Amino acid sequence: MNAPSYNFAYLDEQTKRMIRRAILKAIATPGYQVPFASREMPMPYGWGTGGVQVTAAILGPDDVLKVIDQGSDDTTNAISIRKFFGKTAGVATTTSTAEATVIQTRHRIPEAPLHGGQVLVYQVPIPEPLRFLEPRETETRRMHALGEYGLMHVKLYEDIARFGHIATSYAYPVKVNARYVMDPSPTPKFDNPKMDNCPALQLFGAGREKRIYAIPPHTNVVSLDFEDHPFARYRFDAPCALCGAGDSYLDEIVTDDKGGRMFVCSDTDYCETRQAAGHRGSESAAPHREVAHG
Amino acid sequence: MTPLAELPAGFADKVLSAQSTFRAVMDAMARPGSVQRIAAVAGAPKGMMPGTAAIALTLFDHDTPVWLDARMSARPDVAGWLKFHTSAPVIADSSVCSFALFGDPRDLPPLDRFAFGSNEYPDRSTTLILQVESFGRGTAVELRGPGIDGTAMLQVSGLPRDLFERLAVNATLFPRGVDVVLVRDEKIVAIPRSTRLAMRGG
Amino acid sequence: MYVAVKGGERAIENAHRLLAHERRGDRDVPEVSIAQISEQLSLGVDRVMAEGSLYDRELAALAIKQSRGDLIEAIFLVRAFRATLPRFGATEPVDTGEMQVRRRISSTFKDIPGGQILGPTFDYTHRLLDPQLAEGFAPEGPMVGDASGAATPRVTDILGRDGLIEPSPQGRADAIVGDLTREPLDFPAERDLRLQNLARADEGFLLALGYSTQRGYGRNHPFAGEIRFGEVEVEFMAEDAGFAVPLGSITLTECQMVNQFKGSATEAPCFTRGYGLAFGQSERKTMSMALVDRSLRARELGEELIAPAQDEEFVMSHSDNVQATGFVEHLKLPHYVDFQSELGLLRKLRKEFADATAAAPMREAAE
Repeated sequence: MNAPSYNFAYLDEQTKRMIRRAILKAIATPGYQVPFASREMPMPYGWGTGGVQVTAAILGPDDVLKVIDQGSDDTTNAISIRKFFGKTAGVATTTSTAEATVIQTRHRIPEAPLHGGQVLVYQVPIPEPLRFLEPRETETRRMHALGEYGLMHVKLYEDIARFGHIATSYAYPVKVNARYVMDPSPTPKFDNPKMDNCPALQLFGAGREKRIYAIPPHTNVVSLDFEDHPFARYRFDAPCALCGAGDSYLDEIVTDDKGGRMFVCSDTDYCETRQAAGHRGSESAAPHREVAHG
Repeated sequence: MTPLAELPAGFADKVLSAQSTFRAVMDAMARPGSVQRIAAVAGAPKGMMPGTAAIALTLFDHDTPVWLDARMSARPDVAGWLKFHTSAPVIADSSVCSFALFGDPRDLPPLDRFAFGSNEYPDRSTTLILQVESFGRGTAVELRGPGIDGTAMLQVSGLPRDLFERLAVNATLFPRGVDVVLVRDEKIVAIPRSTRLAMRGG
Repeated sequence: MYVAVKGGERAIENAHRLLAHERRGDRDVPEVSIAQISEQLSLGVDRVMAEGSLYDRELAALAIKQSRGDLIEAIFLVRAFRATLPRFGATEPVDTGEMQVRRRISSTFKDIPGGQILGPTFDYTHRLLDPQLAEGFAPEGPMVGDASGAATPRVTDILGRDGLIEPSPQGRADAIVGDLTREPLDFPAERDLRLQNLARADEGFLLALGYSTQRGYGRNHPFAGEIRFGEVEVEFMAEDAGFAVPLGSITLTECQMVNQFKGSATEAPCFTRGYGLAFGQSERKTMSMALVDRSLRARELGEELIAPAQDEEFVMSHSDNVQATGFVEHLKLPHYVDFQSELGLLRKLRKEFADATAAAPMREAAE
């Protein structure tokens, strides 16, 4: 039997070269989706194969890798992917946003500001922001070529007509470098402003749809909106019940079947770092105490 | 031509050298105008700088047709070395090459001889790799755009006098256009098509 | 006090341990061997090889065992392994005309040169559950006759000699055949890539699409010109040696459909073709493939595009069961961050709606 044996970071060198070339073109054309010959990975399509391929192509032995899903390092898929790279590349892993050099994420951008030495790799299910308006690749490709995004504005405006608001709460489309309309992956729109002028390189991998795209550091990223209906972040108006943070995106935890619920940071590292620094919320293990500032 | 056995070696450690070289190129492309250093050690044929050789070993293969300028073509070892180590086809038609290598960028032909990609597929474009005399001296240019926090200054010698003007025109074609990597020994600087250039004295 | 959920890593490990236990089943029952799967569930192995795009019976059988008989999971295992294999090049085209046929039938002629050969088929079996098999059953050995020396030319070649069917398109000898595992697809796709996509496509998906053409969604009047199954030689051109080196033989099923004719003022009418080819004995797959191949040629043959099976973007984008199952099943992954965002929006909209409807009667009352 042909006993399987695998390369550093799993991918063979030819595949890495192909992905690396696609990443370079993606960086040179911010927001444009570069087609690439996505490989079958040992995890299912739709479970992060695009992000995994991008991470595998950039990762080196000196990197420190963080993997999050829903903002948490401890969700099962995040653990599974982190273990995959721990095993195939032997890289150091961390849950600390500040310590990581490569962060692979699904559905969130960390709360702590990113810095210039970092790469944020997004897992993307449907990279085409126009896909739900126009299912045909041939058509959407033409729209991007011409920079013709009227359809998207019509859709957003129809929302306003029907609901009084733009009814898109996640995967909220952005315009990158004043040229390409881009899907930020299904992050809540709360995270959109973090993409703008971000010091870290942002790479996006869509395995099943075979696309890679990028936002270089310090690139202009604008959420689509209208003058009379400007883009607005959404955040449940409460402090985190564990760390008291008033600026983080919150998960709603259902605590009983009688309407009981509480809100805690979705970014577990952010929350734990704050708790370690002495910040407390209403449900903290330790009694609430004032934290000395400054 | 040098027999295969006597061609200079490639990377000692293919996997890790290619990875570290790629990260240098990626950082260069993500931060236009910044000088990045390629740490990996590779053998290189005469006429090819170590940085150029490392980039070739990292990014070239049989899917990437390569075009050589007159200076590179004049060195028979260059094509042989590329073919042996990377399997990249060396072709005469510059308009379909993935990479173009310049031993002497002062002879740079008009940029429209290379692939700009199409509006539908701007990625199907040539990356030009130019070996230059030095960074920090020579013609100065101010860079703005994606990857740059405000502005970046770049000074290069050993380029055609009007290269930066030509690249400024290249930037207006966006998303079509060529991407440029400048190499001096093991140092590299990238100017992707997204970068806007303004001339400064120097 | 609330403590955030932890222990995902332990949970994963324990789940995998439990999976291995369930896979083995009752330990008083003998464990199934790879050889048993390969020999006795051979059509399942064929399907895994065909859709997994890897001709290796042993690995396909292992994949079936590992996946507890879930064939799409097995195909996925084989594909993921295949993706890591180095690629040395492409073989010479196989010649199915030279196939050592084990089965070969044509529905378009009563008899054909080389004869109709029924071979091992479910056709004409009565689908009655057989209690004998449940008990352990030693079948009689097969009837053996002398091999015929007669050639078995392809039926479409016989039709082609009289110009009754369009010639099979001949690629240029030096043309590079596309490979969608190495280059991302773009549309419109040429027939080489379409056929590759269909050869890897989910059998059920192709079956349904092929069936839809028969029921009038892009009808193309098919006849099963020929279905053959047997062994063909595989050769690889060794550049150094300068000649083709035989690598061995593989089992293939080929289906050539003869379809509705075309013609014009300048062109004599002739039948058109649909083609199906797959590893192993995969008759349903290759017949469905041939129907869909013919449908996807609608553009090239100047037919009106009206049916799903004629829409190459639709067909090719949704035919791959590894892609499809991954994306459908990814809905199992946590989506609570987006759901929270959606909940927030919905609560806001509902509140505004409630405020507006509460305000409206008051206005009316005031008037």
